Amino acid sequence: MTCVSETVVDARGLRCPLPVIRLAAAAKGLPAGTELTVLSTDPAARFDVPAWCRMRGHEHVATVEHAAEPGDEAGGWAVTVRLH
Amino acid sequence: MSHATPDTATPGAISPGTTNRVHLDNGGRAPWHPLARQAFEQAVADGWADPRRLHAEGRRAARLLDGAREAVAAVLGARAQEVHFTPGHTASLHAAVASASAARRRAGSAILTSAVERSALLNAARVAGRQSTVPVDRLGRVDAEAMNAAVRVPGAALVALQHANGEVGTVQPVEAVHDAARAAGVPLLVDAGASVGHVAVPDTWDLLAADPADWGGPAGVGVLAVRQRVRTAPVGPEDEDPWAPGGVSVPLAFAAAVALQAVEADRVAQEARRRELVEHVRAQVSRIPDVEVVGDPDGRLPHVATFSFLYVDGEALVTELDRNGFAVGSGSACTASTLEPSHVLAAMGVLTHGNVRIALDRGTTADEVDRFCAVLPGAVARVREMLAVGGL
Repeated sequence: MTCVSETVVDARGLRCPLPVIRLAAAAKGLPAGTELTVLSTDPAARFDVPAWCRMRGHEHVATVEHAAEPGDEAGGWAVTVRLH
Repeated sequence: MSHATPDTATPGAISPGTTNRVHLDNGGRAPWHPLARQAFEQAVADGWADPRRLHAEGRRAARLLDGAREAVAAVLGARAQEVHFTPGHTASLHAAVASASAARRRAGSAILTSAVERSALLNAARVAGRQSTVPVDRLGRVDAEAMNAAVRVPGAALVALQHANGEVGTVQPVEAVHDAARAAGVPLLVDAGASVGHVAVPDTWDLLAADPADWGGPAGVGVLAVRQRVRTAPVGPEDEDPWAPGGVSVPLAFAAAVALQAVEADRVAQEARRRELVEHVRAQVSRIPDVEVVGDPDGRLPHVATFSFLYVDGEALVTELDRNGFAVGSGSACTASTLEPSHVLAAMGVLTHGNVRIALDRGTTADEVDRFCAVLPGAVARVREMLAVGGL
């Protein structure tokens, strides 16, 4: 994950609407075509990131769910968008 | 956090704790209609006894209960013996799903629902059988073609479709789905809990649940109508009254029926008046930056309006409006005890955060709506300021 860290927004542990706000802040000034992935543990983000894309004219590429792991890793979602 | 004196700085704002509060969260729990209160007191005096007893007091209570059943049946286009009082709307949905699907065990175990049914119904369907969800579009309307196709697949025990969605107001194509369900021999359960008392109810149903607390009657009593042709099987322990084990409260049922008669008496005028107010709210709210006004603009309930504001914390907005004297609902995750966003908003693919839902009561005035529209933009701006989202 470190090699793509510039395009990953880590919003794990943050509640709605903060994951979308972090994503929007990261997207600011980036050129069209850039792909960004937001990591979130908040169940609202997997719905709200695609809605943000629609409202801002970006493209929702994929949503991947990560199941909770035994130990301390909580489940969550990785939502990837392409900026337009 | 630079909003030191919002109560004085905001046009139209009212201090909390005053009687000047504006309650716009009337979906599923509206103030009692004045005639319902009178009816309740009368029924407490005359109908306190157990209506199943054979003495004069019991018979008097039974007469009130029968009268209530007849009054509700007349509004629903049902026979009196088809109308049952239950312990509440959730209990109605639970019992309807369980007993209608149990009676069709040999036909199959699939229970078809739209994605935007009430949680109580979806949960009951998951317990009673193999729940199968039919998607909705961006406006919240179920895909009738998909639902009708699913009904025709052998193995369907029951299909459930709400008349209208209480969260976003969208009216569903109940008639079309009933045609297909009838042709396939599958009973249709219609949740009319958000619509009865507000709009005319279609007679295209096999089972219908309605909610007195939503139309200005009491909570603690529900209505479930089951057409005589529909087979049901009791699912709980044996009881004289399988729809309300132990019997219902006669005063609550009587007050519910009187409230329904009262709201039906001027329903058409109230529908037109509130539809105009809701259209005004939706137009005003759409002028606030970065908002999604949610639900079908045309085929909708007359009194419900819902919108989601981008980059807004729903809990903070509800609290900010409350501080300014306005009570509103929200489907945002942060306002729910589960921290899950509204499954209705999620199924529609609209923004779930920053959500505000209002349901106008019959007593809500145009002035109150204007004051809400005046206060809302400032409240949204203050919540956004707290999150420093300018320029995003």
